[in-house]
Amino acid sequence: MEKLWIIIAMGAVTYLPRALPLAVLAQGKIPEGFIRWLRFVPVAVLAALLAPELLLRDGTFDLSLTNHYLLAAVPCFLVAAKTKNLLLTVGVGLVAAILLQTYLPGI
Amino acid sequence: MGKGRIWALRTEATVRTEAANLAAELAAGVSHAVPIMLGYVVLAMAFGIMAGEAGLTILETIAMSVIVFAGASQFIAAGMFAAAMSPATIILTTFLVNLRHILMSASLAPHLRGLRVHSYALLGWGITDETFALNSTVYRERPRHHWFMYGTNFAAYAAWIAGTVIGVLFGSIVPGIEQLPLGFALPAMFICLLVMQLSDRLLLCAGVLAGGLSLLLGQLLEGNWNIILATILSATIASGWEKWKSSG
Repeated sequence: MEKLWIIIAMGAVTYLPRALPLAVLAQGKIPEGFIRWLRFVPVAVLAALLAPELLLRDGTFDLSLTNHYLLAAVPCFLVAAKTKNLLLTVGVGLVAAILLQTYLPGI
Repeated sequence: MGKGRIWALRTEATVRTEAANLAAELAAGVSHAVPIMLGYVVLAMAFGIMAGEAGLTILETIAMSVIVFAGASQFIAAGMFAAAMSPATIILTTFLVNLRHILMSASLAPHLRGLRVHSYALLGWGITDETFALNSTVYRERPRHHWFMYGTNFAAYAAWIAGTVIGVLFGSIVPGIEQLPLGFALPAMFICLLVMQLSDRLLLCAGVLAGGLSLLLGQLLEGNWNIILATILSATIASGWEKWKSSG
């Protein structure tokens, strides 16, 4: 029961940063410079999320062949650049990750 | 036949067309979200399986997906519950991990002007890394009705809950499923959503810069501050560069 209350609190602190900026900014006037700045947010935030996901393992750099996420990312980038197809990219990525785990098991 | 009757007919027809348009936008949103839905089903199944192993009950696991709806933070929280960490630590960590949505929420605002408060309350609920990236791409191409975003956001939400339920109820039936690298669905989605955004060279530079800063700051800072700071720095440098180029 206590866990459920923690989960509800988790939901509250997650929801406010999602809804408040949208509700406040969309109703007021947004300065031109800020709109230009916001244009870079999607790319920047995705790259900032992705880089540690692919290059770090347990908090340290891992550029070895046992870093399956980094290896599986290569076909994902190729398919994404070629097709811009989200579904195909995720499918190729999962297959690549499963094949790597099966045939090139890490240490 | 009086004037009022004709007017009534006309408004009824208008209302019907409007309703049809809304339904079409909603459906377009849902169909754009199908790839995200499939990715979410896979990831949420992995979460459902993992949360069970971390000692959460079926109800708690599903409640977390319904109430929190934020993938990475749910995996982290399940691990923290398993390690019996204090409620304050779990809640604060969740807050910090999900604080990056502030930037996404702000970034969607210019596309959604002049709506009623309840629309913002509902649209904000469904902002995730993936729905945000998809909506940014679509709304940048042309303005769309906000019902399109209801479609993408709530289709993704439904898939997240469905995947959790499948994972938590049936995950144990398939032996060895917890060994599969299903978590790779997340970076795979990021990769494609990122590539879809890279429409000019300055955006590419901003992405490379943000990735590098995120790695660097991640070595120096606790929690997820590296994501937020790298995004702010990179967007500031890129937009500053753009302004400097256009004025000079």
